[in-house]
Amino acid sequence: MDVKDGRTVKGVNFVDLRDAGDPVELAWQYSRQGADELVFLDITATHERRKTTVELVKAVARQVNIPFTIGGGINELGDADVLLHSGADKISINSAAVRNPMLIDQLAKAFGIQFVVVAVDTRRVDGKNYVHLNGGRLKTEIETADWIREAESRGAGEILLTSMDHDGTKNGFDCEFLKEINDSLSIPLIASGGAGNKQHFVDVFQQSNVDAALAASVFHYGEILIPDLKDMLRKQGISVR
Amino acid sequence: MTGIINYGAGNIFSLTAALDRLGIRYGMVNKADELATYDRIIIPGVGHAGAAMQKLQASGLAAHVGQLTKPVLGICVGMQLLTAYSEEGNSPLLDIIPLKTLHFEDRIDEKVPHVGWNRVFQENNCPIFDNIAKDAYFYFVHAYFIEYNTTFTAAFTQYGLKFSAALQDRNFYGVQFHPEKSGAAGEQLLLNFSNLF
Repeated sequence: MDVKDGRTVKGVNFVDLRDAGDPVELAWQYSRQGADELVFLDITATHERRKTTVELVKAVARQVNIPFTIGGGINELGDADVLLHSGADKISINSAAVRNPMLIDQLAKAFGIQFVVVAVDTRRVDGKNYVHLNGGRLKTEIETADWIREAESRGAGEILLTSMDHDGTKNGFDCEFLKEINDSLSIPLIASGGAGNKQHFVDVFQQSNVDAALAASVFHYGEILIPDLKDMLRKQGISVR
Repeated sequence: MTGIINYGAGNIFSLTAALDRLGIRYGMVNKADELATYDRIIIPGVGHAGAAMQKLQASGLAAHVGQLTKPVLGICVGMQLLTAYSEEGNSPLLDIIPLKTLHFEDRIDEKVPHVGWNRVFQENNCPIFDNIAKDAYFYFVHAYFIEYNTTFTAAFTQYGLKFSAALQDRNFYGVQFHPEKSGAAGEQLLLNFSNLF
């Protein structure tokens, strides 16, 4: 769930945000439907962000009985500590980790690697995948595969990889690139960006062997119901809860 | 009413939130004389077992937990505290259940820590699993495990090896997974425990 000013939003290729409801209410519905984990990325860009994020985390922890990750605005250990004590199971860091890679080491040492998800937004430019920052607006010169390798060596517990070329398009996950990354990684990889139908989930698990797949809009607007999706995955021999 | 041992070992917000949702009344146990106030006791715990044991000793509670005859539930590191010893910090623990807590590293080829949903297979009719499917999924986060034992293991899980997902010895229960994060099955387990006398 992308959260802006306390509401769930979803865009196409990271722009054109539209409202998708109250994040806590949605979170509760997803936990009842059988979602395995939830991810909240707080994209609110105001100085009030920290306070509203903590309130969101507390509200989710009060109402939801499955694990969840919170990302957005985590720049130092203190930010993460507050979120942990508000009930978050994991935190996700993105741009802050690229700007200060030592943050990964510090977080892993202080809270354990299971607490540290490194989110990476990637886009293909002239045939190569580059890390993008600031919600995908800023291209870097860092090749995505190199950065993920570094994040793992510094103590990332999981990688959440969003393919911006696929995000919001509903044309399927970037299975080819996800497989390339997953084959060289020994921590869990979560695929994100592009889910449009149930077959896309079958494809990403079968073709890239990722540990988990994340989707937003297809769930927010009821196009895919989680129990139906899990039935289909089970029938294809993919092990699900 | 359920007492939660409050010895500063990690975050208990999610646990109290789950109890609130379930309408289970609870209070905090800060020192030994408060143990008598409650019908049953939960020992939470996240983090380092050796450090948790030191905090429990510093609170003056360590010497009393083993004497309890009311139901006691250890969760995660709180369960490991019930065993005799942990490789984490080479620490002697409460020794209520004569088993050892061991490190996954070097013993399995899987990723460590063990994080995520996994199947829990019940071994006997332990009452904390009443009305829960015999092979239900629960949510785990741990790098150390309690060895499997035919006498004390109430449920096991397979992760590179077979380990104790739940223990029972007399009135002492323990679960390695986090019931407060394990969906409906976890909530049922907390409800079951809250009905024990």
